Amino acid sequence: MAEDVWILGITMTKFGKHPDKDMVDLAAEAARGALSDAGVTMKDMGILAAGNLMNASAGIGQQLQKQIGQTGIPVYNVANACATGATALRTAVMAIKAGECDFGLAVGVEKLAGAGLLGAGGGSRSSGTHYEPSGRYGAVATTDGRIGTTTMPGTFAQIGMEYGHKYGGTSFELFAKISEKNHAHSTLNPLAAYTKKMSLEQIMGDVMIAYPNTRPMCSANCDGAAAAVVVSDSKLKTLSLEQRKRAVKIAASVLTTDPWQEACQILPDVNTLTRNAARQAYEQAGVGPEDLDLVELHDCFATAELVHYDNLMLCEEGGAVDFFNSGAPWRDGKTPVNVSGGLESKGHPIAATGIANIWEVCHHLRGEAGDRQIQGAKVGLAHVIGLGSACGVHILERSAA
Amino acid sequence: MAKQVPLVEYLVLGDDPHLMAQECTGCGARYFDRRNACASCEGDQFTKVRIANEGILRAFTIVSMAAPGVPVPFVAGIIDCDGTSVRGNVVNVEPNPDNVSTGMKVRLTTFPIGTDDDGVEGIGFGFEPVG
Repeated sequence: MAEDVWILGITMTKFGKHPDKDMVDLAAEAARGALSDAGVTMKDMGILAAGNLMNASAGIGQQLQKQIGQTGIPVYNVANACATGATALRTAVMAIKAGECDFGLAVGVEKLAGAGLLGAGGGSRSSGTHYEPSGRYGAVATTDGRIGTTTMPGTFAQIGMEYGHKYGGTSFELFAKISEKNHAHSTLNPLAAYTKKMSLEQIMGDVMIAYPNTRPMCSANCDGAAAAVVVSDSKLKTLSLEQRKRAVKIAASVLTTDPWQEACQILPDVNTLTRNAARQAYEQAGVGPEDLDLVELHDCFATAELVHYDNLMLCEEGGAVDFFNSGAPWRDGKTPVNVSGGLESKGHPIAATGIANIWEVCHHLRGEAGDRQIQGAKVGLAHVIGLGSACGVHILERSAA
Repeated sequence: MAKQVPLVEYLVLGDDPHLMAQECTGCGARYFDRRNACASCEGDQFTKVRIANEGILRAFTIVSMAAPGVPVPFVAGIIDCDGTSVRGNVVNVEPNPDNVSTGMKVRLTTFPIGTDDDGVEGIGFGFEPVG
């Protein structure tokens, strides 16, 4: 059995618009912040896993080394859709579990402020002047908008509507209420891109993107970075009491893709792989959903948050609407969900998200979350999912030291 | 009549327009694209099967923001055609939530999407409410 891995230091930058900082600046701020939080330096690191999605061929890991410390360690540049940050972390965790090193650094960074609609490719070619079949479907013209939609807002809207069709109880208003919760939570998070409370009327009356998701019900494209230093259990034992007290145990680290299901190549199935990841994570950690003091889940759209209550087994199968209506996912509820404000208000700089979610959980487990502290938090779960698909679930536990 | 081509190869034109899928002979999984092997069972033998023209709308969205050049709003949906899921627009209906609901019966319909420089007409498909 490979030894446990701990988070020794972790940080995130403010999410939002950073016109004065490039991708490397943001990554460096997060990486140096995490090293400083951990009380170690680049010289201690045995691996660097660096995530960036929109500029995946740029070699962000090596670019980062050139600014903060070239020590010759292996760099893994990773890109795995919206699970990129979680994948970077897991890469560092695996290196330690494999016994290759004692310390690893994982970084996720994205410059996305001002980016528009994501996922609007879809066509094999732009509307041409000569109809010639191309691509795997032999399309003679752009298919997005002609054969349904593959845009992110449209895809996740359908995922929420499908849940409603299967189990009932959903409505435009219900989805908007989920967004109302996350925007209310964001007012306590100074690092969130948007920290304004929004009324249900404001949310429902805002610009419609893809029914039933209006603009504030969609994740916010923004800039940001997050980074974590991980350490082996045996090395942690040699560190100071202060370091051991603030260390957070990675009780489970799971990455899944979607197993084949009827329809999964028609409408992405974000449910099965999330449920599979959650099941594996609970088993690894030896905890159940009822043990979770807080959950940061991937609310890339309000419609997505609903289905993940169910996928992460925070409620009975088919019971997500009742779970929400009971008040459970509010910060004073039974299972607080997205007390950071979630992707809808904190923002979603893609590759940073999978580490920032873990930072949020760690912040509470360390008792350092200030005004938004979930009192006495001992166990938390962080979930991300990227279409394609990839799902990362991490369960974190407070140190007993 | 002008020469016609389907928007995608899995749309079959003629007197009785319909969709065709590739069905894995090993496990029955169905696909609309060119295949290397079956994602479900790894088999590499496929047979062409006709997809039912009628189905039930299982999920939809009304897209109000799309890539430049895509007319909005439009209704995008997932249709359960007798056990095979199909992606398509819901057409011949006002694109607002009062007129579209999951569970509604729809059927395949085809229509021109434009004509290219050689005078070839492109034909697309969508699903319209039944009755």
